[in-house]
Amino acid sequence: MSLWEYANPTRFMQTSGKLLPVVTVLSLACLIVGLIWGFFFTPDDFRQGSTVKIIYLHVPSALMAINTWLMMLVTSLIWLIRRHHVSALAAKAAAPVGIAMTVIALVTGAIWGQPMWGTYWAWDPRLTSFLILFLFYLGYMALWAAIENPDTAADLTSVLCLVGSVFALLSRYAVNFWNQGLHQGASLSLDKEEHVADVFYFPLLVSIAGFVLLFLALVLLRTRTEIRNRRAGALISRERLG
Amino acid sequence: MPDLGKYADTVLSAYAISIAVLIGLVALSIWQSRRAQARLAEIEARSNAAKST
Repeated sequence: MSLWEYANPTRFMQTSGKLLPVVTVLSLACLIVGLIWGFFFTPDDFRQGSTVKIIYLHVPSALMAINTWLMMLVTSLIWLIRRHHVSALAAKAAAPVGIAMTVIALVTGAIWGQPMWGTYWAWDPRLTSFLILFLFYLGYMALWAAIENPDTAADLTSVLCLVGSVFALLSRYAVNFWNQGLHQGASLSLDKEEHVADVFYFPLLVSIAGFVLLFLALVLLRTRTEIRNRRAGALISRERLG
Repeated sequence: MPDLGKYADTVLSAYAISIAVLIGLVALSIWQSRRAQARLAEIEARSNAAKST
């Protein structure tokens, strides 16, 4: 079976209808376990005190803010190259999830920054590129809303997505590019020497799994909504012509 | 409830805002989904009725 079969809206609706309840239950389970484990059953950090508990929200949301845009980039490219409507609608459906994740990452980072850095905000490379990513999400959603023809909207938002991908990547690697600013290096890394202590690491992984699955559940749900709206629009146009 | 010490306000406000944003996003997505489903059902019913007449 080919992946491209899911470009057929009927096929997508059938499969996503079966997947959605499973993914929703799994995401809730991981979120509840990860956040409760992190909040109630992990110790304070010797430097950060209890503010280390914010890591279970900040890291997963920041990770999803960037990866949502990368998912939108892939689906936008599929739209531009192969003209599959479901992929364009999936990108549109993912944007509100991405902006919510960006807001959580920015707000929790600012709240953590006040006691740790002595300021809510600094024009640090990572923080600034994240703010620009937030503005790109806003612009992307505004562009979809502003253009009436859905294919033209998909074309223009896909191009915007390509441009915004520079900032999505920059927000991920800004710390590595510039050796300045307040933001510390990655909390997670394939190199075990670099990431946080195991006592924080395992609940963090469960929390990340919860955020990833929540993203998947919401994108499936929202793409189904977009497909229904598109079909409703097509039927209304047919009625008017008739 | 764990002892959050002098950072209690910081930690609790981060959790409260994040959970509120997530609940808002889920609620909005479910509401939009139900509205789209009902609208499509209504249009399809109207379309089928027009075809049968």
